[in-house]
Parts: sequence; C-alpha cells; structure tokens
Amino acid sequence: MAEKRIPKTLVENNKFCPGCGHGIINRVLAEVLEEMGLADMAIGSVAVGCACLMIDTFGTDWVQAPHGRAAAVASGIKRVRPENFVFTYQGDGDSLAIGFSETMYAAVRNENITVFIVNNGIFGMTGGQMAPTSLPGQRTTTSPAGKDPALAGQPLNIVNQMRQLPIGYLARGSVGSFKEIIRLKKYIKAAVTNQIEGNGYGLVEILSPCPTNWKMTMQGALDHMNDNVKKFFPTGEFIKEGVLTDA
Amino acid sequence: MTRAFMKGNHALAEAAIRAGMTFFGGYPITPQSEILEYLSGNLPKAGGTFVQAESELAGVNMVYGAAAAGHRAMTSSSGPGFSLLQEGISYIASAELPAVFVDVQRYGSGLGDIFQAQSDYYVATRGGGHGDYRMIAYAPASVQETVDLVGLAFDKAEEYRNPCLLLSDASIAQMMEPVVFPEKQECNPDHDWAVRGKRGGDFKKITSTMYYIENFDQYIHDKYATIQANEQRWENVQVEDAEVVLVAFGISARICKEAVSMARAEGIRLGLIRPVSIWPFPEKAFDEVSKDLRAYLTVELSALPRLRDDVMLATEMKTPVHHFLAGDTIPSSRTIVKQAVALLEK
Repeated sequence: MAEKRIPKTLVENNKFCPGCGHGIINRVLAEVLEEMGLADMAIGSVAVGCACLMIDTFGTDWVQAPHGRAAAVASGIKRVRPENFVFTYQGDGDSLAIGFSETMYAAVRNENITVFIVNNGIFGMTGGQMAPTSLPGQRTTTSPAGKDPALAGQPLNIVNQMRQLPIGYLARGSVGSFKEIIRLKKYIKAAVTNQIEGNGYGLVEILSPCPTNWKMTMQGALDHMNDNVKKFFPTGEFIKEGVLTDA
Repeated sequence: MTRAFMKGNHALAEAAIRAGMTFFGGYPITPQSEILEYLSGNLPKAGGTFVQAESELAGVNMVYGAAAAGHRAMTSSSGPGFSLLQEGISYIASAELPAVFVDVQRYGSGLGDIFQAQSDYYVATRGGGHGDYRMIAYAPASVQETVDLVGLAFDKAEEYRNPCLLLSDASIAQMMEPVVFPEKQECNPDHDWAVRGKRGGDFKKITSTMYYIENFDQYIHDKYATIQANEQRWENVQVEDAEVVLVAFGISARICKEAVSMARAEGIRLGLIRPVSIWPFPEKAFDEVSKDLRAYLTVELSALPRLRDDVMLATEMKTPVHHFLAGDTIPSSRTIVKQAVALLEK
C-alpha cells in the first residue's frame, strides 16, 4: 500500500469545501517550505476570507491582518525581522479589492516579501459576491444578472499591473491539471528563492476553482477554469530575477 | 541625560527613539509631519526602520506587523488621519499587542483646519475603532512632558500589551522649549508572544485573543479594570481650599495653571485638576478637593464639551460642572479667571 506523505507543516486537515483549490495550494506551499528548510523561519500574514482558515491548519507562525492589509502587515514584520521568510496568502477579493492599495504599494517599495494571491474570481467565505476578478457575465450574489463590465469594470489583471514595477519575481500558475500543479510548485519555489536571495517583492497568482460559489460540480468548475478563466488570466512566469520575460 | 531646545514634534520623535522604538510607519499630515521628517533621518541612524506609508491604513498595519514581531513600533497622525488609524488600533488591541500612537490634534471634524484643538477627546478616550477595547491615553502639557510620556507610553503598552496613545495638539507640537532626554533604551524584541518563526517549537497565531481565552468577557473586563485602578495620573494645583476648580488637560491646562496663580494673587480661591492620563480618567484626583467647592469649570479647546462629561461621571454631579469652550483659540488666563469669578457671583 502506498505511503501517505503529507508535509508536517499541515498540522490538521484543511477546512476548505470539496473541489476547492486552496487545499492543493496549501500542500504545494508546505512542500516547498519544507524542502527549502524554511518552515521553522516562516511567518505568514493572512487576512480574512477562506484563506484565514489556514491559521489553524498550516503550521507556521501567523499574523491575522485586517481585511486587505496583509501586505502592509507583512512589510512591518519583514522590516524588523529580515532573517525570517515572510509571506502573505490572500484571496482575490482581499488582495485586489479592499487591499489593492496595500498590495500595489508593497510592490512599489519592492518589499522583500512573497505574496500568494489565490484567484477564484469570487468572494468565497462571505457567500459568493462579485470580485474584481469575476468574469464578464459571471452570475454572483451581487451580480445576479451577470457581471456587466460597463458597470463593474473588466476583470482586474494584477499581473499586468505588476509588470510595470521593479519587482523581483512575478508569475501566474493554476491548479487546473497535474501538469499545471507541478509547474505551480516550480513558480512557488522560484518566488520563495527570490526572497531568500534578497531580490525583493515576489508575487504568484494562482487560478483556483470554487465549485461551491460558482454553483458547479467539481469537474464542471475545473473545466470552466481551464476553458474560460484562463483566457482572461494566462499563466506563466512574467518577471524573473527582476527582468521581464517574453511571456 | 541630554539637554536640548526643541520643537514639540521633534522632541517627541527623539523620545520615541530613546524609548527603544525600532519601527515607525506613518503618513504626512499637518501639524505632525515633523515627527516623520525627524524620524526619516534619525531612526535609521539609531538602527531602526522608517517607512513613509502610502496611507494611514498601511502605516498602522505595518505597525501591527512590527509589533506582532515583538518590536517597539509607533505611528503618528492628526485628526482626519487619526480616524483612519482606528481600524488597525482595534486589531492591535484585540490581538493584545503593544504599540504607541500619536494624535497631534487639529481643529474641527471632517477636514477641519490645522489650528490647535482638543476635539479628539472622545475618539481618544472611548476607543474610536470597533469592539470592546480601550487605549491608555496620555495628554502632555509641555514639550518636556511629551518626552516623559512617550517613554511611559512604550513601557505601559508593553506591560499591559495594549495600544497606548499620546494625545498632543498643534500648539505643544509646534512650540519650542528646553528639554532633558533620558538615555536610549535597548529593548529585546524576542518576547514569548512575538512571532519569529516557530524555530523548532510550536507555531504562534497573532489574532484576536478572544479565540483562545476562556471566559473572555470576564478576562477583558478585568484587564481594563486593573488599568483603570492602577494607571490614573494627574496633577492637582491648590484644590484643597478651592471654591472653583478648573479641569483641563494639555495646552489649556497650562493656561489654567497661570489662571490659578493670577486668581490666588487676587484672593480668589481657584484650583486646577489636570488629568495627565485621560483614559483611565483620574477619578481619584477629585477626592482631594475642598469641602468648600462650589463649582467645577472645564476649559476645552473645542466647539462641543467632551471633558465635561468625564468630570460629571467622576463627581456623580454632586457639584455643578460648567464648561468654557474656546474653540480653536487659546484663551488668556485673565479670561479663565473672569469665567471662574462669574461662577462665584452666581
């Protein structure tokens, strides 16, 4: 019988809904931190929304920030404890709606922190409201007739915003397939390495399904993500070692 | 000990460095911007970190992060900016972390104006953010007292693991006076509650302590009751035989002190209670007043009475409590004496 090899950093079973991508991302992040010997020196900054469930299950030091302010909290931690690995883990509503300013300005200052943004195109924990990343036509509890870009704007592409800035690392991955998860792990490793080498701000956005609030089956949500969401949010590495790539 | 002749804001900033502050994140606003200006150069020289944040919201949350990591951290603001700090202050109080805040008060609600005022008394003493918390708040009446109370604020914040406020105003912040500074403290940030990576031990979670404390309501009630009992600070001037007692804090208390001397020279029995801690409000100061007392008179630089309410509560309204509101104008001591005499003639 195959041995279950769960990273020690995952101290309890996660509390996410079935079919949610957070569980996979948590595991990949835990694997990277352990492989790089950083779990003991990691401090995470998390705010609210589904991500905050990690504070009990993901065994690193945590500070729970107000909604949207995780990057500012992480900046404060890293400035006084530069020897620690400091990261944020946020959803798209948290980091790109209420926290857009904090997210952007941490990058403008090229803070030596690592930011993980899980983009599932919706406010999850609050019950499925429209997010800045919701697709045109997407039905949510606050866009019952479908998101109208004329009223609510086009989906916010944080990678395009960040490409203008002098940051260390920028990538967008996905949990859409086994192959993509392997690639995501490579991106996360590169982002973590970027901070350890002192190259400044690193961001990995991760496309993730939310079957519960998309009101789809698990497979349906995965297919929707791979077929539709990815058109708006292409994956790849966009900045490596402070230099724009061709992606 | 170092002697200097300094502007209030600069002295406050220097006192914070000497109190062992290693992190400051803030945003410019008149009349407190000299605090940022001073720290931008001098804090890094002392081995600390200064960040000019993109907003007060970011500044206070950087302070939250640095405080969670065990470091002595501070931010400062004024009026409209102080409103924006409230979100972070509530979180810091809820996580039971130490941090020091400065509000150099300016006049008016909304944009208001940059003149001196004492209109932020409610937000300073009631807790402007959401939920069940209070903040130890000190109101200096001179540049020297600003220096002394900054050090005390850091110590008390750490002792009670609670945010602590220095409520200054545009006049004290902008005036120059001789000051004596204490020696610089070195503080160890490696508190057992601070995040620093689990380092082979258990991981720590900095969030609202209500999630982890049994009988939280009782616990938090007792915490603030202890502060209320033990941390009252005040200065009483000739209240033992006074017929009218002035109550004032900060800059207006300074005028009132002069008014007491002036009145006494004329045979008028005037006294002064000067709260130094405005929360906890120094109720004990009122035990020292004369049996001949006929009235209290609060003197406030605001358009609406605020301090008056706390005097009414502390005295259970057994003696009439009157108020004199000077708005954004610093009244003369003669004006105050006249107000007191008018009460005696009633």
